[in-house]
Amino acid sequence: MKQNRFVITVISIILGLIVGAIVLSIAGYNPRVAYGVMLRGVFSNPKYISWTIIRSTPLILTGISVAFAFKTGLFNIGAEGQFIIGSLVATLVGYFFHLPPIIHPIVAILAGCFAGAIWGGIAGLLKSKFGINEVITTIMLNWTALYFSNFVVFWEPFKRLNRDASERILDTASIQILGQWKTSEAGKAFLKSNSFLRDLLNPPVNFGFIIAILVAILIWHILKNTTLGYQLRAVGYNRDAAEYGGININRNIILSMAIAGAISGLAGATQVLGVSKETAILATMEGYGFDGIAVSLIAASNPLGCIPAALLFGGLKYGGSKLQPTIGAPIEVINITIGVIILFVAMPKLIELIISMKGRKRGVKIEDSK
Amino acid sequence: MKKRLLALLLIGILVFTVVGCSKSETPADTDEPTEVDDSGEAEDTPAEEPLKIAMVTDEGGVHDQSFNQSAWEGLQQAEEDLGVKVDYVESQQDADFAPNFETLLDAGNDLIWGIGFKLSDAVRDAAEANPDQKYAIIDFSYGDETPDNVVGVVFKAEQPSFLVGYIAGKMTETNTIGFIGGIAGDVIWGFDYGFQAGVQYAAKELGKEIKVLNQYAESFSDVAKGKAIATQMYQQGADIVFHAAGDVGTGVIEAAKEQDKWAIGVDRDQNYLAPDNVLTSAMKRVDVGIYNIVKDLTEGKFPGGETIVYGLADGGAVDIAPTSDKHVPKEILDEVEELKQMIIDGEIDVPFNEETYIEYIKALE
Repeated sequence: MKQNRFVITVISIILGLIVGAIVLSIAGYNPRVAYGVMLRGVFSNPKYISWTIIRSTPLILTGISVAFAFKTGLFNIGAEGQFIIGSLVATLVGYFFHLPPIIHPIVAILAGCFAGAIWGGIAGLLKSKFGINEVITTIMLNWTALYFSNFVVFWEPFKRLNRDASERILDTASIQILGQWKTSEAGKAFLKSNSFLRDLLNPPVNFGFIIAILVAILIWHILKNTTLGYQLRAVGYNRDAAEYGGININRNIILSMAIAGAISGLAGATQVLGVSKETAILATMEGYGFDGIAVSLIAASNPLGCIPAALLFGGLKYGGSKLQPTIGAPIEVINITIGVIILFVAMPKLIELIISMKGRKRGVKIEDSK
Repeated sequence: MKKRLLALLLIGILVFTVVGCSKSETPADTDEPTEVDDSGEAEDTPAEEPLKIAMVTDEGGVHDQSFNQSAWEGLQQAEEDLGVKVDYVESQQDADFAPNFETLLDAGNDLIWGIGFKLSDAVRDAAEANPDQKYAIIDFSYGDETPDNVVGVVFKAEQPSFLVGYIAGKMTETNTIGFIGGIAGDVIWGFDYGFQAGVQYAAKELGKEIKVLNQYAESFSDVAKGKAIATQMYQQGADIVFHAAGDVGTGVIEAAKEQDKWAIGVDRDQNYLAPDNVLTSAMKRVDVGIYNIVKDLTEGKFPGGETIVYGLADGGAVDIAPTSDKHVPKEILDEVEELKQMIIDGEIDVPFNEETYIEYIKALE
């Protein structure tokens, strides 16, 4: 079964690339040249690899967030909103708090996690207390988060004049690797002589990727080896059986959504502290959370699988952005390719889902007939 | 579990091998030189290779019916007339700005544009990191801190706004006029105060009082909000509403159509959106601004370190829309022409922010 799923994923990726190639040919571009451009665009220079990792980091975390909730039988469509709230709170803490370095980013990250946890927890609470479907509440909370974030950014002491964004976080809150050293005279002089390091550090490389990997391992460990993880998974597999086994379902639903929210909030916080340094006024959702759903699907809801899945996703997106300026192919082709990959990954999942639904229904019927 | 881990590892390995294989194939297939070579050639033989110019858009993309599209049209015009090679990259998120500038840098472009003040930080960062590369930005001035390899292009939006304000003041029947701005800041204030000044100029000429309703949508993209604010203004008695709010204005013009009132367009000649309801437009020709800088570059006169300001005096970069004569009586347009000349000659100092507006009103009285 496990190998089966892995094979399905690989085949899906290959099929996606093939369909992408067909689309490219129809549009009049040589797919081999196009893919060559993308590959060189990702691998031919250390700084491209850095960019790909930077691009993938938030997707790893939002992917884990969705995957974690899914293990408990919950669809966290709200990763986007939790991401927005996490980045907003991290920016607020990063700008208004004056703390020494090292402590400052930790406080900002924890605040972002906490805010995301509350945001996710609301959906969990509504589900457990009132039985409101978390899909609906999380989608609505996404928009609430978006408008709330914009509202706060427009707050006078926080809004930067002549820029549709907030003030930038203080340097002490940055989680960029060697961020200050890079722009200092000594750093510049050193990097001038070392072109590999210079290229590698040229983009805003930050600790977010390391944090994401640690979180992936931690979540995998929690799900696999702890009582909490066992309970959460039990609720996901069969709610009624779990309750029968003495597991508090309501508590676990809230907890699961809160943890999922915290991870998405963390994604937002690392993005702000490491890359963007500010919260922009959002016209629409930026898609970190929604891409996280796709990453989680490709990874078959495995927290560790989210790492390569997000790297693939980020690589396709970043490499795809090089198509337009080099051969004139639009980025949409890449979006089609990604869509097809997900479609193929999702199709066997769809079948599995139908099977498991049937199983669940049968379970309910037995209970009803009692 | 071990199997699972193994599977994951294998995914990683496979993805990278697939990648690795095709990577080694492709360069052999393509006859094109790699990107790095391109830039090298461009630098060595600038006279023979056509100049490469590219731009980075914000999230709107090049087909946004507005700012970015106008910029792209300017570049395409330059390609046609000046024989340069042009290109663009669209940003899907704010986080894309910096990598997109880097992509264009590596593609060996001679000049890279940032479209809109949103990209000002990214342009400055890129320019400081790559002092040999030329950059330009629309709608933003770094003032005295402009790096030597950057040109800022800004427009005196208050001047065409003054003219449309004058038209609105002359034509209002209810003596109430509306202004809807996007996000408050130097750029939109120029439209706002210029417009109000024009209205008050007309009011003084006619010897009556005209009220200007003023609201900001706090967005450049929320069409529904634009429509709601405009509808409200029309209900409060305004018969003409001017907007300087990007896509929000689409909603404003829709509202004008529904209520059969007047709207005044911005940036481009927006009469085509509602031919019977768009009175005139305050044009800010981003394409002209871009075209001119590209032209300077081809002639070897790139004005690095400067901020270029386009006003009415500078060849049609800002003006009122050519379709204005459809709805505006000829005598008013003649007066507008006179005013235009007065602005060019410096007889009228059009205000562009609160401070200058207060001074202007004092002088007017």
